Amino acid sequence: MAAGSVLTAEAELLPTAAQLVGKPGLTRTVISTRTALVGLIIIAVVLVVAIAAPLIAPSDPNAQDVLHQFQSPSAHHLLGTDQFGRDELSRIIFGARVSVLTSVAVGTAILGIGVLVGIVSGLAGGLIDGAIMRAVDVLLAFPSLLLALAVAGTLGPGLLHLALAMTAVWWVDYARIVRGLVLGAKEQPHIESARAIGVTRARLVLRHVLPTIAPPVVVLATLQTARLLLALAALSFLGLGVGPPTSEWGAMLNDGKNFLDTAPQLMLYPGLAITITALGFNLLGEGLRDVLDPNLR
Amino acid sequence: MPYVARRVAYLIPTWLAITLLAFLVAQLAPGDPAAGYFERLTGRPPGHVELARTRHQLGLDQPAADRYLHWLGHAVEGNLGTSYSSGLPVTQELVSRFPATLLLSSVATLLAVVLGIPLGILAAVRRNSSVDQIARGASLLVASAPGFWVAYLLIILFSVKLHVLPSFGTGGVEHLILPAIALGLGESGLIARLARASMLEVLREDYITTARAKGIPEWRVVWQHALRNALVAVVTQVGLVFGFLLASSAIVEVIFVWPGIGRLAVTAIGQRDYPMIEGYVVFAGTVFLLVNLAVDLIYMALDPRISLGSAVAPVAS
Repeated sequence: MAAGSVLTAEAELLPTAAQLVGKPGLTRTVISTRTALVGLIIIAVVLVVAIAAPLIAPSDPNAQDVLHQFQSPSAHHLLGTDQFGRDELSRIIFGARVSVLTSVAVGTAILGIGVLVGIVSGLAGGLIDGAIMRAVDVLLAFPSLLLALAVAGTLGPGLLHLALAMTAVWWVDYARIVRGLVLGAKEQPHIESARAIGVTRARLVLRHVLPTIAPPVVVLATLQTARLLLALAALSFLGLGVGPPTSEWGAMLNDGKNFLDTAPQLMLYPGLAITITALGFNLLGEGLRDVLDPNLR
Repeated sequence: MPYVARRVAYLIPTWLAITLLAFLVAQLAPGDPAAGYFERLTGRPPGHVELARTRHQLGLDQPAADRYLHWLGHAVEGNLGTSYSSGLPVTQELVSRFPATLLLSSVATLLAVVLGIPLGILAAVRRNSSVDQIARGASLLVASAPGFWVAYLLIILFSVKLHVLPSFGTGGVEHLILPAIALGLGESGLIARLARASMLEVLREDYITTARAKGIPEWRVVWQHALRNALVAVVTQVGLVFGFLLASSAIVEVIFVWPGIGRLAVTAIGQRDYPMIEGYVVFAGTVFLLVNLAVDLIYMALDPRISLGSAVAPVAS
């Protein structure tokens, strides 16, 4: 569901820096790897749907029609209607905007923070490294979902607050993993040489360290986006994030759970949307990992 | 100092930092806890004087630093204060609810292991076959479905439609099945992928090649020589998954009305029950630290090559 120590387990599967030297270009290999390609196509479709929602959705996602509640799928409403007679398909299409774009935004934010902290920690070493890693250990010992719940509860309702709470809680995994990758990269001959000839710190990071650690970090970021999507759904399922009438997949499931007996289909579609999207990110991440470490293929 | 002693000593500052953060998080909870406390007690919102008296009674008029040190002093002795909503000692409530969470997480972890490890090993042995493809696809699929959604699918199928399993509560084994699947299924995908990677790595080792060259039957090479070493790496990850499930069973507990500490915590957050939120975070954090310690020690015992002598190296850094 969430990240926590499990992302750390994920990192076990990453190739080490030494295995990455002299790998062919990523883009070309991705297209030749079926797993990654399927994932990429799913993500592309979902992103297009999210961005172009007003053009694609058959009707207004918030238009109520009390005479046609809980309709089964029909030609008029491809996925039926919900408890207010709203078109389920349109709500899922508009829900993609909130669910997917928020997850990607949070993913980008924690990636930035985590990479920055991880590089500082890994390169600095000594006391700074020790202090940062102890702080990370403390945060990792927390039940992350409940911490996010408490922080989001404090900040009050709203999507931005939820995104901030998720960012505050989930950057730590990256920091720890990136630090590990930086420590590995420091042992690499080309990085040692660069340090030996005395390149500036900025140049060392931008030209040498970042490119070395980038491939595994990209894999991790892709897999992490899938986990964020699930965490966001869980937190909005608990009532945080968007308020009515805005459609969001987790919130739709929260509504649907009240009609398990009469309209179980309302629990089906939003969950499928989450699962398919998360699967897209997982397939891409897994495919990229295969490219980086052919031993696992 | 030997590694084990240092590893244990190192828990103390981490634990203190957890208590500080727990205290801060509870302070973050929205609203005035004194007002909520008064209202639950009397059924009406407090007036100005009553609010001030309640705040004084709960010690909330003291400076935060004083309250923290006071609370920490008791926490060290195992006294985590009194719940605002139930009036019972927090420690007592947590300890009485913990077995339910422990049971649920253990069964969920067991399920993840029983499904994941054979699937991963099989996929590695039959690498690139259709078995491998299906196993990998399945492990990614279960890891992509939200656990709470799986919980409702299970309820709709087994409780609403088929009427074969209860949708909530506790009692016999039948009450445990659906929550354990909902909690453990997703992690079985992760364990399968870890087991596959670990097994592939071992199968590339020289001693496996040697064993094959000596003419040992392939099934013995795989199941006797390779499996043992492949599992060593997986055990660590299973430990991490167990710690993770212990701390993240809250939603599943809420859905299935399971009387564990996760549901207790979600309720406490909603009721602004400061002592209970603090107590839960300290309790869960402590359990997590101990699980990680156990994982490190087991790993060390299983793999004699790892002495962990030179540095305090967390297992999965």
